[in-house]
Amino acid sequence: MDALVSQLFAGLSLGSVLLLAALGLALTFGQMGVINMAHGEFMMAGAYTAFVVQGVIADAGVSLLVSLVIGFLVGGLLGLILEVTLISRMYTRPLDTLLVTFGVALVLQQLARDVFGAPNVDVRAPSWLSGAVEILGVGIPKTRLFILALAVLAVVALSLALRFTPLGRRIRATVQNRDLAETSGISTRATDRLTFFLGSGVAGVAGVALTLLGSIGPTLGTNYIVDAFLVVVVGGIGQLKGAVIAAVGLGLLQAGIEYSTTASLAKVLVFVIIVAFLQVRPQGLVSVRTRSLA
Amino acid sequence: MSARLGPRARVWGGFLLAAALLLGVAPAVLSDFRLNLLGKFLCLAMVAVGIGLAWGRGGMLTLGQGVFFGLGGYLMAMHLKLADAGPGGVPDFMLLYGDGTVPGWWEPFRSPVVTILAVLLLPAGLAALLGLAVFKRRVRGAYFAILSQALAAAFAILLIGQQKVTGGTNGLNGFRGFFGYDLSDPVNKRMLYYIAAVVLLLMVAAVRLLMRSRYGELLVAVRDQENRVRFLGYDPALVKVVAYTVAAAFAAIGGALFTPIVGIISPADVGVVPSIAFLVGVAIGGRATLLGPVLGAIGVSWAETSLSESFPSFWTYFQGALFIVVVAFLPNGLATLGQVWRRRRGGSGAGPGDSGDDAGDAVLRDAPRSDDHESGVHDPAVSGRHA
Repeated sequence: MDALVSQLFAGLSLGSVLLLAALGLALTFGQMGVINMAHGEFMMAGAYTAFVVQGVIADAGVSLLVSLVIGFLVGGLLGLILEVTLISRMYTRPLDTLLVTFGVALVLQQLARDVFGAPNVDVRAPSWLSGAVEILGVGIPKTRLFILALAVLAVVALSLALRFTPLGRRIRATVQNRDLAETSGISTRATDRLTFFLGSGVAGVAGVALTLLGSIGPTLGTNYIVDAFLVVVVGGIGQLKGAVIAAVGLGLLQAGIEYSTTASLAKVLVFVIIVAFLQVRPQGLVSVRTRSLA
Repeated sequence: MSARLGPRARVWGGFLLAAALLLGVAPAVLSDFRLNLLGKFLCLAMVAVGIGLAWGRGGMLTLGQGVFFGLGGYLMAMHLKLADAGPGGVPDFMLLYGDGTVPGWWEPFRSPVVTILAVLLLPAGLAALLGLAVFKRRVRGAYFAILSQALAAAFAILLIGQQKVTGGTNGLNGFRGFFGYDLSDPVNKRMLYYIAAVVLLLMVAAVRLLMRSRYGELLVAVRDQENRVRFLGYDPALVKVVAYTVAAAFAAIGGALFTPIVGIISPADVGVVPSIAFLVGVAIGGRATLLGPVLGAIGVSWAETSLSESFPSFWTYFQGALFIVVVAFLPNGLATLGQVWRRRRGGSGAGPGDSGDDAGDAVLRDAPRSDDHESGVHDPAVSGRHA
């Protein structure tokens, strides 16, 4: 029983990290068909933001909360700059943006290496997040619970925003039918920019959250980006629901297989399972119905 | 080359020139060390030729060629390690990390024939299987790119995790012989270079013949308008699988030659980043041209070797900038710089020499619409409109 609960929680915890990493991707990929390889580096930027903020604000608790806000802005601004300078120019070639943003990722990584140094740095967790909480007889680290709560919060906030705000309506309209949205007077260009800001901002928040799990380095983003992409592929595009289910599912799967084999073998098995899953649902779990031939 | 010559003569003339440079001039003027380095670049160029076929002509953005390169390299390395250990012997690293016994699935690779067959068939078979699974279900575009990348990530993690049988992060290295030839002898190193050069030339010729055939036309058609090809009664999935499999086989052969030439194969050569790095050379050289990927791959590897040693940080910036500038502003690569320039100048796209040529010089349109509906959210009417 204890083993089951702790496995279950390990899976949920991994899933929440994946979800935070993939949420922004789901948004930008869903709307624009753009795969942003620099997304992981936006997370890295968010993590280093937390590191810098902690240098200014000594109190770990206050600095974490401030970092979450500033991390969002840093990630969002980076995304906005990327969208305006490069991605908007390559609108008709979404596959090529993947390579361009990979170039951006390389540059950002090296920049972090030159500014902060190659060795990893640590961000102190606030005292109210140290220790563990006992749930069903299993000790669960408070930092993991915090990340879980943050992921839930991010999902709820984003879905409310998508559902009820004018911007959310515009985003949904653009995802469903870009041409028709444009015809109805929505500036899809402005919507794209805001979506990118929002999605990249979530990456920044994810980066801040990751500082709670361990030390951070220039390659922080690359460790999560591939899994985050897989979440988007499995989840399907256009709705957050898919990303949520996929992130939790993959987290549980990975943790479960890891339990019975090794971590490296689990990665391969998860990949095989994903390919098998795509045989059944090539468009992912949740897809917006279109009249496309695919 | 002069514009008076026909496209056929130009292509084969260029091919002969390349052959003369690789087999005649390079061995004559380069030192043993440089020649060995060039041999390494040629192995990377083999991967690039395959990527040129799959990505440039077939539109499949494969971010996981490192897997097939690595499979070829590791299969060869396993044989070399076993051969070094002698009949019934155990490779040194297994004594170090493992329990000193050779796992059963290693045993067949004591035989040179089995190894060569495995290099030729195993990665190709894996690619065919994966390609069928993915393309038959019409998973494509960015989805395929992500899957191929995830495969590379999983492969590298598996190699690192199973240190007892794969050497872990260190990979496999320290080979003494190559099918009975002593690798410490410079003459045998030269022989390896010649093998690599001939194999690369054969691959380029094979791609040329493939692209001149009906199949080549079909592949480019699938890239540009997959659904239209389907309506004509072909199965686009099969067309793609063939190109993907050939690309995988080329990468595997490149890996198998890379191992003895460089003397090491490790996860650092096969993971996500090296897999994407293969694409830089192809993009720069011109993804849809015949010699572009080869020249691009050799050029980029050469630049990396000469720059990264003295300015490691600068090289990374440079590599990133190359990706950004070339893909964003020169999508067809340097090979088409002349055409872009002529178009700017004269307003007419194709020069006299280009008109007769086929997909051999096929240039991607500035905005291939086919990518657009691949994301799956766009209405077909959108792409149909551009007929």
